[in-house]
Amino acid sequence: MLWDVEQAKKWIKRLNDKIQENKAYLTELDQAIGDGDHGLNMARGLQEAASKIANSHYDDLGSLFKDVGMTLIAKVGGASGPLYGTAFMKASLVLKDRKEADRNAFVAAFSAALDGLKMRGKAQVGDKTMIDVWDPVIAWMKSHETIRANELVDLSKEKMEDTKELEAKKGRAAYLGRRSVGHLDPGAVSSYLLFASLAESFEKGESAP
Amino acid sequence: MKKLINDPNQVVDDMLAGMVEAHSDKLKRLPDTNVMIRKDAPVSGKVGVISGGGSGHEPAHAGYVGKGMLDGAVCGEVFTSPTPDQILAAIQAVDSGKGVLLIIKNYTGDMMNFEMAAEMAEAEGIQVAKVVVNDDVAVEDSTYTTGRRGIAGTVFVHKIAGALAEQGATLAEVEAVAKKTVENVRSMGMALTPCTVPAAGKPGFELGENEIEIGMGIHGEPGIEKTSIQSADEIAQILLNNILEDLPLKEHDKVAVMINGLGATPLMELYIIHKKVSEILREKRIHIHETFVGEFMTSLEMAGCSISLLKLDDQLSELLDAQADTIAFKK
Repeated sequence: MLWDVEQAKKWIKRLNDKIQENKAYLTELDQAIGDGDHGLNMARGLQEAASKIANSHYDDLGSLFKDVGMTLIAKVGGASGPLYGTAFMKASLVLKDRKEADRNAFVAAFSAALDGLKMRGKAQVGDKTMIDVWDPVIAWMKSHETIRANELVDLSKEKMEDTKELEAKKGRAAYLGRRSVGHLDPGAVSSYLLFASLAESFEKGESAP
Repeated sequence: MKKLINDPNQVVDDMLAGMVEAHSDKLKRLPDTNVMIRKDAPVSGKVGVISGGGSGHEPAHAGYVGKGMLDGAVCGEVFTSPTPDQILAAIQAVDSGKGVLLIIKNYTGDMMNFEMAAEMAEAEGIQVAKVVVNDDVAVEDSTYTTGRRGIAGTVFVHKIAGALAEQGATLAEVEAVAKKTVENVRSMGMALTPCTVPAAGKPGFELGENEIEIGMGIHGEPGIEKTSIQSADEIAQILLNNILEDLPLKEHDKVAVMINGLGATPLMELYIIHKKVSEILREKRIHIHETFVGEFMTSLEMAGCSISLLKLDDQLSELLDAQADTIAFKK
C-alpha cells in the first residue's frame, strides 16, 4: 500500500476541517496558558494552505508539502507558523519527486519533520510542547512495519493528554511555571489533530503504506 | 466586545492605512505588506534598524519609525509575531548595503520568525545582526526556559541603536550599543484590567473587581502574583524594588526612567506612580537624567503600567539625547 498525492490532499483538507472546528477550543486552551492566538492563527494558515492545494495540481508529494510549508510560514505567524512550516518544508525534501510514498519514505518524511521542529523550537520531550506528541509518535512509526490508523489516533491522543500534567519549559506557557500544570498544551492538541487527520487519509481507514 | 473597529480580522490593515494617511510625511507602507518604513528608506550610508512584533502595542513599533530611530517596523496580527516573508521584505527595503540590525523582543514566535527571516536575508547576501531584548524582571531568567520577555524597555533600544546608526556607525557598532542598552535596561509591569484581542472577542484573562496582577506581560501573560488592589505608592515600590534587585545601582548613578501606560491608564495615574518612583530614586541618590511618562508600549485597552529603568553611561546618555523625529518619540 502506498500513500499518494490524493491522500495527502485529503489529509490537508481534513486537517483544515478539524482546525476550523476546533478554532475556538484551541484559542481557549491558549488563553489559559499562552497568549490566546493559537486557534486563530492555525485556522487562518490552514485555510490558506487547504485552498492553495485544492486549486493546484501536484506531480509529486514534495511539491505539495513545500506549498503547505511555505503557506504556513507566511500565513500563520506566532510560533506555530515557523514550527509547522519548517516541519512541512523538511518533509518536502524527503518527498521530492515522489509520486507516492512507501512505508519507509513516509516514516522518513515525518521523521525529518520532527527534526525540523526540534531544530526550530529547541524544545525537548517533557517541555510541554508539540514535541511531546511528535517525538513518541515518530518513534512508534519507526518501530512498526504497519502503521495502523486507529493506533496512530490513540497514541497521539494519549500523548496529547499527557501534556496536561507537565510543567511548561518552552513557549509562552513557560512564564507560568508550575501554574501551567493542569492545562493541555495547545500545540500538542493541534499536533494531535494533525495525526488524527493523517490517520483518516489512510485508505479505507486501515493503515498507511 | 465594544471596540471602534470595522472587522476584527481587518484591524491591522485598517490601522496601518490610517497611519499612512496621517503621517505620510514620515513613513510609507511597503505595498502588499504590513511593513512600515521611513519615507526616505533606504538611507544611503546608514545601517538599517528594524523592529516589529505583534500589533496591539501601539505606538510600538511603527510609531518609532523615522529619523534617529527605526528604519522599518514589521507589524504582525494582534499579539502575533509577523511572518518571515514580511520581515524579509522589511530587511530588503531598508538595507543600503551597510547591513541591518533586527531588534527582537524575546518571545518564542518573534525569535523564530525573525531568525528565519535573517537566514533568508543572509542567503541573499544582506548582512544581518540581531539583538534580543529581555527586560522584564517579572520572569525568572533561565537558560532552560524561554527566558525573560521583552517589554517597554525595548523603546530605549530603538532610540539608542537608531541614534548611533544615524551617525553612520557600522553594523557591528550599532549591534554592540544595542546589546549594551539591553544589558542596562530593566522593566516590570502590572495590570488592573485585562484586554480583548479583537479576533478572539473576549478578554484573554480575568481579574476580579479588586484584583491586580503584579508582573503582567504585555500580552496578558501572567506575572508574579495576583493580589488585591493597593495604593499607587505601594505598587510603584513593588515594581521598582524588583527592578533594583536585578539592576544594581550605586549612589550617583545616572538613569533614564520610563513610566509606561498599558493603554487605558490615565496620564494622571502614571504621574502619581512617578511621584513615588522619583522619591525612591532620590532617597537612593540615583540621578534621573530624563523621565518619559506616557504610552510607549501598550497592550490594547489594558489598564496598568510598567516602569523601566535604563542605567546610563556617557555614550548611552548622549545617544538618548540625540535628535529623533518619529510619530511617538521626538527629541
